[in-house]
Amino acid sequence: MSAVDFCGIELAHPIVNGSGTFDAIAAHAVFGDALLEDFPFSAFVSKTITLAVRDGNPPPRLWETPSGMINSIGLPNKGLAGYLEHDLPKLAALPVPLITNVMGSTAGELCELVAACDGQEAIRAIELNVSCPNVKTGLDIGADPASLAEVMRAVRPQTAKPLIVKLTPNTADVALVAAAAEAEGADAVSLINTLRATAQHPDGSGRPWLGGVTGGMSGPAIRAVALAQVTAVAARVSIPVVGMGGVQRGEHAAQLLRAGATLVAVGTESFRDSAAGSRIARELDRLEAR
Amino acid sequence: MTQAPFGRRRGVLASIRKVGAYHLLEVVDRGGPDPEPGQFYMLAAVSGWGAGTDERPFLPRAFSCMGGSAGRVWFMLEDIGPGTHRLARLQKGEPLWLTGPLGHGFRMPEDGRRPILTGGGVGVPPLVMWSQALVERGARPTLQFGFRDAAHAAVAASFDTVQIATDDGSVGHHGLVTELLAAELHRDPHATVYSCGPPGMLEAIRRMCLEREVPAQLALESGMACGFGACFGCVVPLSGGGYARVCVDGPVLDATAIDHVPAH
Ligand SMILES: Cc1cc2nc3c(=O)[nH]c(=O)nc-3n(C[C@H](O)[C@H](O)[C@H](O)COP(=O)(O)OP(=O)(O)OC[C@H]3O[C@@H](n4cnc5c(N)ncnc54)[C@H](O)[C@@H]3O)c2cc1C
Ligand SMILES: Cc1cc2nc3c(=O)[nH]c(=O)nc-3n(C[C@H](O)[C@H](O)[C@H](O)COP(=O)(O)O)c2cc1C
Ligand code: FES
Repeated sequence: MSAVDFCGIELAHPIVNGSGTFDAIAAHAVFGDALLEDFPFSAFVSKTITLAVRDGNPPPRLWETPSGMINSIGLPNKGLAGYLEHDLPKLAALPVPLITNVMGSTAGELCELVAACDGQEAIRAIELNVSCPNVKTGLDIGADPASLAEVMRAVRPQTAKPLIVKLTPNTADVALVAAAAEAEGADAVSLINTLRATAQHPDGSGRPWLGGVTGGMSGPAIRAVALAQVTAVAARVSIPVVGMGGVQRGEHAAQLLRAGATLVAVGTESFRDSAAGSRIARELDRLEAR
Repeated sequence: MTQAPFGRRRGVLASIRKVGAYHLLEVVDRGGPDPEPGQFYMLAAVSGWGAGTDERPFLPRAFSCMGGSAGRVWFMLEDIGPGTHRLARLQKGEPLWLTGPLGHGFRMPEDGRRPILTGGGVGVPPLVMWSQALVERGARPTLQFGFRDAAHAAVAASFDTVQIATDDGSVGHHGLVTELLAAELHRDPHATVYSCGPPGMLEAIRRMCLEREVPAQLALESGMACGFGACFGCVVPLSGGGYARVCVDGPVLDATAIDHVPAH
C-alpha cells in the first residue's frame, strides 16, 4: 500500500477514522487481538475530548435516514483528566499513530486542552473540533472565519504538534473558514463534520424523535456534499486536507483524493462493517495500481 | 463473553419458517464461534438492503440468537419495519452479513436461587436459549411468556412447560405476564428473574423485582447503529447517573444498575 506523509507523520495508507465513529478500546474488547492484527486505519483519531466529563444526550440518539443516519450523541467523554489517565495508555499501545480530537467553548478551554495534549508524547497530532457554539456569539466557532481566527491565535502557540482544524459544513462558505484556519497557522484541515438535521417521532405527533432534538447527518446521503466542500477547500488552501463524508468504497476515497485530499476518513461505514477501513484501503490500493 | 471475529462476514440462510406471527431463521455461519445465551448479532441482507420504505434499511439490525452451535445460528424475528421486512423475505441459500456474537449474556443465579425466565414478544429468543443452557447445567427454570394474541403465542407451542399469558385471553392467562411473575414471586421469592421483552414489560419487571429485592437480569433492546461500541447511540440511563452502552455493557444488565428502561 502507498505510504503517505501527513504533516511529517508517516502513515501506511491514506485511510483513517472519523472522530467519534470508532472506539478502539471497546472494539478490542469485542473482537480481541484480531483488531490489532488488521487495524483498519493508518492513524487513530480519538473521539472528541472536552475539559469536563460529559454524559452525552438522553436517548434516543439515532435516526436512520435514506442512505444515512442522524446522530445526537452529545459528545460523551471522560473529560481531559479521565482521557489522559484511562484511555491514553491504551490508545498509545495501538499499532498506529494517535490523533486526539478536542473541543472547547472558549479559547481558554481549547488552550488548556491543547497544552495538555502537547505534553503527551503518544499524541502525534491534535484535531480541533470547532463545531461548538461560541459562548459569546452563540454561533459555532467554526461557522465564522473571524471567531475561528481569534481562537486559533490563542491556541496555536500552545503546541508545536500538528494542529488539524475539523471544519463544520454548517456554514455559508467553508473555504473561507479553511483559509482563516490556514492563515492562523493550522497544519491541516479536516471535513466534513455532520450536517445539522432533525427527525420527528414516527407517531405523527410532530414532537422531535431525538433526545437532543437536533443532530448531525452522516453516511452516503452526504457524500456529494462532502465532495463539493472538500473540492472547494482543497482549491483554496495549500495545507493538507483530510476528506470525509459517506465514504463506503475505495472509489469514494479515490474521488476525495482526486479532489485534493491527502487523507480520507471513514466514519459511518464502520458501523455497517467494523473492518470497513482496511477493506477501503485495499480497494483504493487496487485502484491506484491500475 | 464469546468474542466476535473482526469485520462483518457472510452467512447463508439455511432455512426460514413462519410460525404464527414470527419468522424463524437458521443461518450457516461456517467457522463462527458458538454464542452464549443473551448475546446478539448484527444482521443485514447482502442484496436489497436499502430498497425498502424510505430507501431503508441502511444500518444492520440487532437480533438475539435463539440458539447456536457448530456453525449454525437461529434467530426469531417479527416483521415490523424495513429491516425485519427484508430479512423475513430472505430465500434459502441467500447470503447475509453478520457480525457477532456480541455483548454480555446471562449469568448463573447465585445463592441457590431458582431461575424464573419472564418475557414476551421478540424477547423470547434469548430466554429460550438461556432456558436450555440452565437445564443442561442441572437447573429447573420456570418459563413465562406474554404475547399479544394466539398468532404470536404459537411460537411457544413447542415448549412443554411454559406459562403463557395473552393480552386478548385467546391462549393461557388473560392478562399480563407480569401478573404471572408476581404470582411466582409470591409463592417463592428465593429466585433470580431473567427477562427480555418490550420496554413497558421490562420496566414493570424491573420495578417489581426492585421492590421485592429479587435479583433480576434484564436483556435490553435499544436502537443501534454498530453493535460493537463505536457509535454511543444505544444507551440506557444508569441508576448512579450517566449512561451505559447496551451493545457492549449489556445487552444483559442488572435491574439495579439501570435507572429505568427507556420507552422508545
Ligand atoms: C440486543 C437486541 C436484540 C434484539 N433481538 C431481537 C429478536 O430476537 N427478534 C426481533 O424481532 N427483534 C429483535 N430486536 C429488535 C430489532 O433489532 C428491531 O425490531 C429492528 O431493528 C427493527 O428494524 P426495522 O427496520 O424492521 O424497523 P424500524 O423501522 O427500524 O422500526 C423499529 C423501531 O424504531 C423506531 N424507528 C422508526 N423509524 C426509525 C428510523 N428511521 N430511525 C430510527 N428508528 C426508527 C420506532 O420506534 C420503531 O418502532 C433486538 C434488538 C436489540 C437491540
Ligand atoms: C455517531 C457519530 C459520532 C460522531 N462523533 C464525532 C466527534 O466526537 N467529533 C467529531 O469531530 N466528529 C464526530 N462525528 C463526525 C464524523 O467524524 C464525520 O465527520 C462524519 O460522520 C462524516 O463522515 P461519514 O459520513 O463517513 O460518517 C461523528 C459522527 C457520527 C456518525
Ligand atoms: S450500537 Fe453503537 S455503541 Fe452500541
